[in-house]
Amino acid sequence: MRQKAHELLSSGAVGAVLAWEKGELPYDTSPAVFRDAEALDKMVYNGFCGSNLSKYLIEQGKQDEKVLVFLKPCDTYSLNQLLSENRVAREKLHIIGIGCKGKLDVEKLRTQGIKGITGIEENETLKIQTLYGDHELPREDVLLEKCLSCKGKDHKVYDELIGEDLSADTEQGDKYAKVAELEGQTPAERFAFWRGELSKCIRCNACRNTCPSCTCLKCVFDNAHSGVAAKVNATEFEENMFHIIRAFHVAGRCSDCGECSRVCPQGIPIHLLNRKFIKDISGFYGEFQAGETAELNSPLLCYDLEDAEPNIISKREGDN
Amino acid sequence: MLVCWCGSNIAGTVDINTVVEASKREPGVVYATDYQYMCAEGGQAMVRRAIEEHSLTGIVVSACSPRMHETTFRKAAAAAGLNPYMVEIANIREHCSWVHKDKEVGTEKAVVLMRAAIAKLNLNTPLFPGESGVIKRALVIGGGIAGIQTALDIADAGYEVDIVEKSPTIGGTMAQLDKTFPTLDCAACILTPKMVDAAQHDKITLYTYSEVDEVSGFVGNFSVKIRQKARCINSKLCNGCGDCIEKCPAKKAKSEFDEGLANRKAIYVPFAQAVPNVPVIDQTQCLKFKTGKCGLCEKVCLPKAINFEQQDEIIEKEYGVIIAATGFRPLSPERYGEYGYGQLPDVITSLEFERLMNAAGPTGGALLRRSNGEKPKSIVFIQCVGSRAEPDKGKSYCSKICCMYTAKHAMLVRDKYPNIDVSVFYIDVRTPGKNFDEFYRRAVEQYGVNYIKGMVGKIAEEDGRLRVQGSDLIEDTQIFVDADLVVLATAVEAQASARPLGTMLTASMDQNNFFSESHAKLRPVESPTAGIFLSGVCQGPKDIPETVAQAGAAAVKALGILSKDKLIGNPCIAGPDELLCNGCASCEKVCPYGAITYADKEINDHGHRTTRHVAEINEAICQGCGACTVTCPSGAMDLKGFTNRQIMAEVDAICR
Repeated sequence: MRQKAHELLSSGAVGAVLAWEKGELPYDTSPAVFRDAEALDKMVYNGFCGSNLSKYLIEQGKQDEKVLVFLKPCDTYSLNQLLSENRVAREKLHIIGIGCKGKLDVEKLRTQGIKGITGIEENETLKIQTLYGDHELPREDVLLEKCLSCKGKDHKVYDELIGEDLSADTEQGDKYAKVAELEGQTPAERFAFWRGELSKCIRCNACRNTCPSCTCLKCVFDNAHSGVAAKVNATEFEENMFHIIRAFHVAGRCSDCGECSRVCPQGIPIHLLNRKFIKDISGFYGEFQAGETAELNSPLLCYDLEDAEPNIISKREGDN
Repeated sequence: MLVCWCGSNIAGTVDINTVVEASKREPGVVYATDYQYMCAEGGQAMVRRAIEEHSLTGIVVSACSPRMHETTFRKAAAAAGLNPYMVEIANIREHCSWVHKDKEVGTEKAVVLMRAAIAKLNLNTPLFPGESGVIKRALVIGGGIAGIQTALDIADAGYEVDIVEKSPTIGGTMAQLDKTFPTLDCAACILTPKMVDAAQHDKITLYTYSEVDEVSGFVGNFSVKIRQKARCINSKLCNGCGDCIEKCPAKKAKSEFDEGLANRKAIYVPFAQAVPNVPVIDQTQCLKFKTGKCGLCEKVCLPKAINFEQQDEIIEKEYGVIIAATGFRPLSPERYGEYGYGQLPDVITSLEFERLMNAAGPTGGALLRRSNGEKPKSIVFIQCVGSRAEPDKGKSYCSKICCMYTAKHAMLVRDKYPNIDVSVFYIDVRTPGKNFDEFYRRAVEQYGVNYIKGMVGKIAEEDGRLRVQGSDLIEDTQIFVDADLVVLATAVEAQASARPLGTMLTASMDQNNFFSESHAKLRPVESPTAGIFLSGVCQGPKDIPETVAQAGAAAVKALGILSKDKLIGNPCIAGPDELLCNGCASCEKVCPYGAITYADKEINDHGHRTTRHVAEINEAICQGCGACTVTCPSGAMDLKGFTNRQIMAEVDAICR
């Protein structure tokens, strides 16, 4: 990856490289833009590069230059969605698809009591050195939530591929299991669940800012004229409404990349709201995955004579 | 604030004085009053006077649904010099007094609705409608008696009309009938001249064997794609001689016109008087299409009109108005096991019976049993098959025509064959209509038809006859009637193609897939969608006289638009805030009218200039449906008269 980035930057084929940069700690990586070939030794790609780089292309794409971006298979769904909404111009991108074995969740390591990490060797079994001794544990025990419903190893949009042979399947769970459990509850139970979760929100906006579907030039929550802006703490329901409105805004556009829940400092399972929409949309209109192609083809935007009638929707199962 | 009593309609459940007093405490309200009938001349005068005397900049009328009288009050406001879009209606009748019994609850809700309307009005701005032209041509979808009559009436008024009919001939269900009640004249004798009139009218163009594929546009300016299916005949060359039909060796297809009781050739005209008299090749039956061999028709056709290569043709035309006249189908009684239809050959439907009685039908008009070709000695008619049923058993509505045609059938049988015993099982006999009850009584009193009040539970075959087991509710007994033929008066059902067509026309449909009228009493032939009119049974069950009357009414309403040069548009249309538009094009995708396009534009955001891909609205095409405003994630799209802020203000007022 470094070699490729070096080549393209030095030759002037691209003006910037969008990748991950290592931080001070072994699990600390962050998205970064490299403009200088010399700085590329700071570039890193490891199990902690879970973050989705697609959204950064909106800002990067405004420059008058080509950008090299490294995308994991699941990140390409988000990019396709952005392409479909004219948020990024395809001709300004050089996309290198990279392999992925599933990314790691440092929070899961911490809950296993692993703290003070000084180094990690990534194999099927993770060997973790810490200030307090070494640990070994199976990789699948500490995968990110989004990797438990991996979309597969195929890149949906790319110019070239690197290391796709290094990809490995992760164990697939039923991504709708928790949604189905909530659907099985009474409205009062569901309400209590969501009040509990959403009331933890500190309105830091991390979920919105990282979401590759939340790309409005001016978000309604920042627009004084929208009628929903700047009402934090006006009532105890405001943060709840923020998440509900946001879920509606990304309905049919969310590719289920899971970034919202990954970045939430309060651990709110925000992705469940989106998954409920995804489950309903697929149920009513046929299996649909946002970002499968770069076409604007969400069932919520397309009308088909075979579409479910409203009376069917109101009689759906799982509603009490 | 003008609060209407609507006589006791509102005042009976809503304390008018409380609403008036509460409104005086709302921001912006300078004058509040009430009146018994605000829509009456006295009320309207009060509206005008209030505007003038108090220099009002807006009014809220708390009254009935805006569908009822919004236009009335807008006109009254305009007469007093107020912009008509500075009028808001709080619907305290349909949404309030009619659905509540408790006066306290009704009053509380009326106050809330009134408050919401005031909150909205405070954000209203004067709006000014634009104009659009009218394409002076009508499209009639369906070529039965309804469609033909509507087309003739429009054409006679001097406007062009196209009829699109999906089958190879116009005529519809009426062409299949034998005699018509209550006068017993033959259906063909009164229908076929109209079919010929339609075909020969210089203002009418027939598109038979054609379907509507796509509709876009709006009142005055619809564009329609018509698919003319491949007949495999060049209509311009065909002289209708029928030699091709004569020679065609494929004769096993069931005749649709004879309800499957007779066979037809692979190349056929549905019936002798078909219009146009041009055959069609049924590609599923034709040997040339199935095996590649044959082509006899092509060989015998002197004008060389046969063309096996013919493809469907798409015709694109524009219309000012569209009239739906898609008619009906009789419900298939196969689902009712108790009648044995489909298993017992002597159990037939009423429409099949029409064909059996018809001199041009499969038996040449001889009433013969389907099982053995013998003359029946006893016939049982069963009414309400699938009508007036529990929702899971059939149609909940009365099909309206069955009592009369069953009486007609019974009378015709007794008239022609006095030795045949005729019984009719019925739930009720319903004969409202001019000369209808007299007709039914003639069947009973003069022709000796045995009417039995009760329903049939079972029909079984026994020794070559049918044993009909039913209840006699008057005698309160179970009875058995031996019959040689049983005729089921099957329910009228909307065409399967009606709902998809309704969707294309953005016309609303009821739960039975009949087209909804705009107002059950006052706008019975108009669809709620402007420029779409309803003719005949597609709107609900009707007999022929009613169908013809409604067809004429639909024509008059259509002419009301065709005769105008300009239509006043609706100023409540959408528009984008370019500073907020992300360029995602979702609104373009959802717009049912094609009113939104995207263009690269230089945007000046407080001195910061960028070139962006942003939405543009064609104001002449936008119909103000609001689909774009709810799709736009950033709220860049807004609808004049129903802005996001106005709606939020209403919600806030309700939740206050």
